[in-house]
Amino acid sequence: MRNFAYQRADSVDTAVSAHAGQPSSFIAGGTTLLDLVKLDVMQPERIVDVNDLPLYDIEELDDGRLKIGAMVTNTDLAYHERVKSDYAVLSEALLSGASTQLRNKATTGGNVMQRVRCAYFRDGVSPCNKREPGTGCSAIGGDNRSVHAVLGTSEQCIASHPSDMCVAMAAIGATVTVNGPNGEREIDFLDFHLLPGDTPEKEHALEADELITHVTLDAPVKGNKSHYLKLRDRASYQFALASAGVIVATEGETIREARIAMGGVGTKPWRARKAEQALVGQPANEASFKKAAEIAFEGATPYEHNAFKIPLGQQAVVRSLRNATSA
Amino acid sequence: MTDKIQAKIIGASKPRIDGPQKLSGQAMYAADHHLPNMAYAYGVFSTVASGTIDDIDVAQAKQMAGVIDIFHHDHFPDLYRTPSSFAQENKVDETRLPFEDNRVYYPGQFVALVVADTFANARAAAYAVKVKYSADAEPVATLSQALARGDEPKTDDSSGHSRGNPDTAFDSSSNQIDVTYITPMETHNPMEMHASTASWENGDLVLYEASQGVIFARNVMSKVFGLPPERVEVRSPFIGSGFGSKLWIWPHAIAAAAASREVGRPVQLMVPRHAMFTTTGHRPPTRQQIRIGADDNGKLTALTHDSVNTTSMTDNYVETTGSCTKSLYDCADLRVSHATIGAHHGTPTSMRAPGAAPGLFALESAMDEMAEKLNMDPLEFRKANYTERDQSMDLPFSSIHLMEAFDRGAEKFGWSKRNPAVGSMRDGDEVIGWGMAACNWEALKMNCDARVSLRADGTAFASCATQDIGTGTYTIVAQAVSSITGIPIDKIEVELGDSSYPSGPVSGGSWATATTLPAIAGATRKAVDALKTYAVGDGGAFAGAKADDLSFDDGKLADSNGKSVAYTDVLKQLKLANADGEAHTPGAPQGEYSFRSFGAHFVEVRWDAGISRLRVSRVVSAIDVGQIINEKTSANQVEGAIAMGIGMALFEATDYDERSGLPINNNYAEYLVPVHADQPDDVDVILLDHPDYEFNEFGARGIGEIGVTGMAAAVANAVHHATGKRIRELPIRLEDLMSA
Repeated sequence: MRNFAYQRADSVDTAVSAHAGQPSSFIAGGTTLLDLVKLDVMQPERIVDVNDLPLYDIEELDDGRLKIGAMVTNTDLAYHERVKSDYAVLSEALLSGASTQLRNKATTGGNVMQRVRCAYFRDGVSPCNKREPGTGCSAIGGDNRSVHAVLGTSEQCIASHPSDMCVAMAAIGATVTVNGPNGEREIDFLDFHLLPGDTPEKEHALEADELITHVTLDAPVKGNKSHYLKLRDRASYQFALASAGVIVATEGETIREARIAMGGVGTKPWRARKAEQALVGQPANEASFKKAAEIAFEGATPYEHNAFKIPLGQQAVVRSLRNATSA
Repeated sequence: MTDKIQAKIIGASKPRIDGPQKLSGQAMYAADHHLPNMAYAYGVFSTVASGTIDDIDVAQAKQMAGVIDIFHHDHFPDLYRTPSSFAQENKVDETRLPFEDNRVYYPGQFVALVVADTFANARAAAYAVKVKYSADAEPVATLSQALARGDEPKTDDSSGHSRGNPDTAFDSSSNQIDVTYITPMETHNPMEMHASTASWENGDLVLYEASQGVIFARNVMSKVFGLPPERVEVRSPFIGSGFGSKLWIWPHAIAAAAASREVGRPVQLMVPRHAMFTTTGHRPPTRQQIRIGADDNGKLTALTHDSVNTTSMTDNYVETTGSCTKSLYDCADLRVSHATIGAHHGTPTSMRAPGAAPGLFALESAMDEMAEKLNMDPLEFRKANYTERDQSMDLPFSSIHLMEAFDRGAEKFGWSKRNPAVGSMRDGDEVIGWGMAACNWEALKMNCDARVSLRADGTAFASCATQDIGTGTYTIVAQAVSSITGIPIDKIEVELGDSSYPSGPVSGGSWATATTLPAIAGATRKAVDALKTYAVGDGGAFAGAKADDLSFDDGKLADSNGKSVAYTDVLKQLKLANADGEAHTPGAPQGEYSFRSFGAHFVEVRWDAGISRLRVSRVVSAIDVGQIINEKTSANQVEGAIAMGIGMALFEATDYDERSGLPINNNYAEYLVPVHADQPDDVDVILLDHPDYEFNEFGARGIGEIGVTGMAAAVANAVHHATGKRIRELPIRLEDLMSA
């Protein structure tokens, strides 16, 4: 770890202004940042601590949406009564992630900003366009089995987005509220994370010195049933090889509305809209689910060691839909 | 004497006597010692797999806060290598000294060492050291790369074995299989980091080291620094496990001690997790070819087991995968051979059940394959080839209850209900597979000294320079003293893990129990003898009697007339603090028996093909290791080994990039070991508990490693039963099972 300046902010404005002017990082739970700073992969000269900001509330809005403060921990969010009842997919996703200790520290805003687990990004020396633009992508042609994507990849980067929480949020639909030098603005959750394209170093839609203050979930789908299924080698404490968060509303045996988002397989939390559309009006059965799962992976690009993620991701979608609709 | 031992506390289920210290944070580990004026060291580790250091630029780092000195190959004291002899008790696996020259032999090798006033300052400066390398082309990162280069593997003559005419016997066998198994590099990953806290006073070195062998560590450091052994003291009263990685001294300990002497302050060096993947040993990857011949009645007619593993470019480490193969089954025509080939890795080392763990994965998988070919039940096939004689040594086993292990394990598991047809047993979405395998490990016993003191205050004290590596050695030493004296174990103080104590064994090879307890018992009896001598002397409780006429039982000396005096009163009457005894006990008797332990694992797996999920759901293990000293700690050893075996079967593999030669998953998140949620709901350990008095007076053979042997094969065999897929390369990954 290198030395850095440390400043504790007491308001959003002071946090934003403290962040400006030099390579800085906001720190909330620190579960990603401290890890990467200790590995010397991130080298902020200033760390602005946002733990004193009044962003710990979960507020039910009149329009049925749920406004979550950026500092709400993963644990508190997962066990929040309204989340458990109306957004079960989010609660399940949160609880499938990391470990109890990490979830107690990790925050809603921080989780949105989670960095990739690609070994070549984290080792500090291998060519990596995300860490050092222009050096190349070592994961292509290298070890790309577990934490690399088959959807949304580019020649420059194939790292998968590691968050479970974000997959559930992508399925639910949400808005990210950010505050910066030019004041407050809102970003659609699905637009927040960026595809790597030719600029994998640019991971999100935040402008310079902007701070996430809230994530507001869309009003829940009426009568929805949902499920988050995470597939991995070991039973816990592993990033998803493939996961699926689904929300389904049915009328009788017929699917009225469906949301499907996938993790472990995309370079960002991956919403499968075409697959959703294919389900609407169809019977809630294995054949419909399989068809949707195939559509969800149309155009997927396998790499040397992760081709299995395509069938595995389809299995996650199918079983998740089955579990949701049979519940 | 054995009857007396048996009658009391040996075999009881006792909680660890050091448990409260560990739970309350009072147990001091190597990096818990923060000595006055101590400095902290942090390594700079090579970022190329192979090459030469052209330049080390420390200018910027030296200016940074708190930096005291920065060592590297141009700035490091001249030291000596250790002869690395097991017999002389100064063995290491990596003989090259740190900073010996400007060569890089593996990634993650120490290339510089920053010493600063705090850990954080040392690490910050280490990141600022700029190293220029000339990297060699084409690093050798994997076993397959090493073999593909065309280098001839080097055969290890000392560990091979051949009898009869295995090749011709195989060729003429009516049933044959010829299969190759591959096991990956595995890393020990103990919870506690490797760490050294070194200090010098008047030219004497005191080293707190996370060590499984303080005597070896002491001897190595004395050789390296050219000092007589009595000027070096190594302390390791507690370690957070080691699994073999802490058996021998690694470069960091030498670097820490040298740095401390150079800067004139105590120095602490903790090896970061990523470097524990590269510079403190690993289990090397193996490729093992097995050929089995059998007749139509299921009798083995030929068996060959030829393996190769990678070693470092500096040292030769042989993974003796055939060590069990040569004697587990009855077969007159048999060969095992081991070879090594160089790779750009740190030197491999023993990892829990070295040789046997990967070796029995291969052999016991192959036995399953042959049973299938013969259309025989896998358990019956093994029974058909049972032997009570070690044909490799041409000696009988001292004690073997493998048949009982097979039968009791099978009964508990319900093996007779197994439908042999692949994929025939189902439960909802899951298909169930049942597999089994034998387990096997050698029983070893070394020289040992011990000291025991019976104290006037009613307590006793025992010491030995062995270690408790988390397995319960403190507790069983207390049990041994208690078994002879009747002193309750909570009144027995045990001190281990200091090289200044009477010489004791390395905690490895499953030999610590069998080695240490006889010495402790001998020392206890010597202390009782001293007590008797005091008692019959002038002013003693039995003045004028003959020492030989006195008996000692339940803490009391007694004569044949029925007079009985508590030993505390005997001592108090003479104003003596204690009665002491020291003893030396030799290694295992040679020439009459082969000493080995046996057992069997029965495993149930569940495969949910709809989501490609494989889990181990049930394990029954029946283990034949002689007398059980402590049922609780023994069962715990086997349960832990089962967890490790599940990890070996399904998760563990240390990966290197074949292009750069750099490690990939050198952290605790991506190097997968089983977590609690991976433990089967049902783990049943059956300890057969048949004393082996040919081996030692306690009849105990040791239990640390046997549980991990055969476990991966039992899982793989269960996977085959469930899925029809024969996976010959570990770990078994879900993608291996997915394709139709």
